[in-house]
Amino acid sequence: MGSSSHDQKQEPSHVRPIAIDDKGRVHLRQASELSESAAVSADKKTQAPKRRRPSSPPKPARKVILMLRWARRISQGLFLTIFLVLLFETTFRGSFSADPQATVRLRGPVEAFFLFDPFAALLTFLSTFTVYRGLLWSLVVIALTLVFGRVFCGWICPMGTINHILGWLLPSRRGKGGKRIAANRTSPVRQRVKVYLLLASMAAAVAGSAIGGIFDPFSLLVRSIGLSFMPAGQYIARQTHERLEQSGVRALSTMADGVSDALANVVWQPSQFFYHGGWIIGVLFIAVLFMNRFIPRFWCRVLCPLGALLGFLSRYALFGMIKRHDQCTDCNLCLLHCQGADSPQGGVKWRQDECHMCLNCESACPEDVIEFRFLPGRESTISKPDTVRRTALASTAAGLVAIPTLRATGLLSIPFDAKRIRPPGSIAEKEFLDRCIRCGECMKVCPNNALHPALGEAGLEGLWTPVLIPRIGYCEESCVLCGQVCPTGAIRRFTEQERRGQGQPPIKIGTAFYDFGRCLPWAMQTPCIVCEEFCPTSPKAIWLEDVEDVKRESKHGDDGSPPAMTTVKLQRPRVDPMLCIGCGACEKVCPVVDEPAIRVTSVGESRSNTNVILLRENPKG
Amino acid sequence: MRERTKNRNDKAMKESPSRREALKRIGATAAVAVGAGALATLRWDRHGQAREASSQRHAIKDFRVPPRTDLPTMAVAKRGTDPNSLTRAAIDALGGMSRFVAKGDVVTIKPNVGWDRSPMHAANTNPEVVASVVRACYEAGAKHVIVTDYSCNEVQRSFQRSGIWKAAYEAGAEVLLPAEHQFRTVAVGGTVLGEWPVLRPIIDADKVINVPIAKHHSLARFTGCMKNWYGLIGGRRNRLHQDINTSIADLAAFIRPTLTIIDAVRVLVRNGPQGGNIDDTREMNTVIATLDEIAGDTYACELIGENPERVGYLRLGQQRGIGTMNLKQVQIREV
Repeated sequence: MGSSSHDQKQEPSHVRPIAIDDKGRVHLRQASELSESAAVSADKKTQAPKRRRPSSPPKPARKVILMLRWARRISQGLFLTIFLVLLFETTFRGSFSADPQATVRLRGPVEAFFLFDPFAALLTFLSTFTVYRGLLWSLVVIALTLVFGRVFCGWICPMGTINHILGWLLPSRRGKGGKRIAANRTSPVRQRVKVYLLLASMAAAVAGSAIGGIFDPFSLLVRSIGLSFMPAGQYIARQTHERLEQSGVRALSTMADGVSDALANVVWQPSQFFYHGGWIIGVLFIAVLFMNRFIPRFWCRVLCPLGALLGFLSRYALFGMIKRHDQCTDCNLCLLHCQGADSPQGGVKWRQDECHMCLNCESACPEDVIEFRFLPGRESTISKPDTVRRTALASTAAGLVAIPTLRATGLLSIPFDAKRIRPPGSIAEKEFLDRCIRCGECMKVCPNNALHPALGEAGLEGLWTPVLIPRIGYCEESCVLCGQVCPTGAIRRFTEQERRGQGQPPIKIGTAFYDFGRCLPWAMQTPCIVCEEFCPTSPKAIWLEDVEDVKRESKHGDDGSPPAMTTVKLQRPRVDPMLCIGCGACEKVCPVVDEPAIRVTSVGESRSNTNVILLRENPKG
Repeated sequence: MRERTKNRNDKAMKESPSRREALKRIGATAAVAVGAGALATLRWDRHGQAREASSQRHAIKDFRVPPRTDLPTMAVAKRGTDPNSLTRAAIDALGGMSRFVAKGDVVTIKPNVGWDRSPMHAANTNPEVVASVVRACYEAGAKHVIVTDYSCNEVQRSFQRSGIWKAAYEAGAEVLLPAEHQFRTVAVGGTVLGEWPVLRPIIDADKVINVPIAKHHSLARFTGCMKNWYGLIGGRRNRLHQDINTSIADLAAFIRPTLTIIDAVRVLVRNGPQGGNIDDTREMNTVIATLDEIAGDTYACELIGENPERVGYLRLGQQRGIGTMNLKQVQIREV
């Protein structure tokens, strides 16, 4: 209610060619209705500024614009589909046609969206002064922006598309009319936030942390959909399957089997995955999406640092908009459909840095006010992001000092959390933080569900960086996929040969330690060799010692005598720290489920020269 | 809001509803009360045992075919080096696949695809042996052949790198990679094994052929056909090793296959069951087809250089009448 009165104030006093009914719907007024009410208002408010009367009937938009708008919709659908397919394919699916000798790799660049991402490229450029491998592709998006403005946001970005759809679906019927127009007016205070986020992220990158990647739209999507929504979806599918199975109706259970097979082979993987703290990621994502009910494209307008970055670049764009203010009747139809909240309406200047180039405004305009063209005049355009200099400086400073402050804990040199086990191929922690944008690709691709988004394991600065939780999944000894998908080189590309150590020490991510008080052969005189069986190195890092030990029978003798003592033969396991690579297979398979009798900690990881134990390395070659 | 104001101004507002409306409201109250009562009574778990009763149990068949005295119980093929012809020779010596597989049968083949290892490491069954068995089944008239196993390492990788996925697929089999929804709970009824989830294809099959590889095992010393059944069950298998011999005997007594074909073309003699080093393997160029799992394991155990007397589950299985360790009692044909 409050906002509608606010709305009224902003509206000019002359008659508008659209009406908002009491349900909040917007429609064009009939010509007769217009002339009639115009006469009334002319009577009442003689001092009203002279305004053009709307043309009747409304002028149709240019054909080319209408076609381009459809092209935009197709493009959005296409790129969203590509994004989801790539996300679903971010897992190793074996093949019946693959040669057994062939190395196990993903079939294509599933991380492609990150490679085209100038924000990821910029952050890692600022922290390392290099552009890692495929990140050079981000120049394509930069070039696109330099010519067409933020078309990436309006035409390509899957997060933009999701917001676009939800901004259209979520508002109540009432919220689609006048409230929407109010919500679509440029709100400088809100829209500046993303610029401050961008500046703080960049400053933090200069200080040595790509932590700003948390706000990267693709990071957000992969993390939220891949690590939260998909496991939840898989859980729901499994429960539904079980219900159908229990129904006892054969047709239903056959159908459920078919659907489950298809889902396991196309969308997720055969086993249920879980992600440590995945619900937090999911809830935050839902909150961001729900904001579309109140402010369409809330994420894009307010938070997205990639959008802010492209906004900076769009000032050089050759394509843009001119407005013929004298033709405007203030009908606000352009605003009703505006995506970027970039002031397309007459009487104010267009905010080029906020515009998503969706072309909705020109399509909606019933007059000849808005025209998109190459090399437009700039009289009614603001092309620089408007920020408050003081706040901009403050956010930059905050980004700069935050990283050294967080590092004052000494976490970089002494990992006080033994659970900070990084994936194989991870570079030394300091350099790792230079590069990790928390995109979640490595966690999504890990075939054993071993990698998880860190909560506290890597310190506050390491939020959502990958850590290995062997209890949930171990690191597959021949797998190199996390290095293949990492877009920024936090996990470098490595080969099976490097991993296993041919002509060099193998890659070690930690070391396994026995808890003899919980180990079956050690503490309970019960045979068990599962850890040794799963140990993948050759020779095995876990070795068994044949021993005889006394064991008490678990029942009284037949004559009621105290339980007898017997001798049992056992094999007691031990770890050879020289051979152990820290993969965690032993911890995963240990039958002492809750707190395994063998646990891996990060010490001895080959990427660190401080987190070490042994003087000599595994000399294997 | 407007409505409420209107009502307040309506002087004729009645204190009580009309008869029609009163009946409607009483009816609705009664319907909800009766509905809730009926539903609760109908689904009343009076003794609190509904949970136990509702869990579905499946059973598996005895897949054996009737014995024949005119044909040997076990055939050992060891002439040549081609896994396919060795497999063929062994099956033919037992009377050919048509003795075991009838027209229209659904056959489940259980190779060992336990580990992410290539064929040269001899940790998984030789893919050519598996393909050869698949083809023999189709030639005997099988309607559908399924090849499945629940790998220890990551499943996709194990199936691909073992070469079994490709070989079995090209031979026309459906390769079923285990997913969680493909397990069903059965009552194993063993000494240590009670209820365990097993892979669905073993429940639905008409015939089951076990195609293990002979290899060393650090705890059991030797594994072949009997231990191969570990790969059909899900759940937390790592508990089984606390009494590996009894668990293996339990499973072998529970699943009685139509035929067993032991791949000993290349065997793992050390660092089993996973291996990983070619130096740990040895070429034996032998394929054993057997109807007696214990006799087959005894023979294969000697092949890898282990004394069968030291393999606990063989003795245990013999006591349970699954087969015999005394090879002199078994009709063996070497081809």
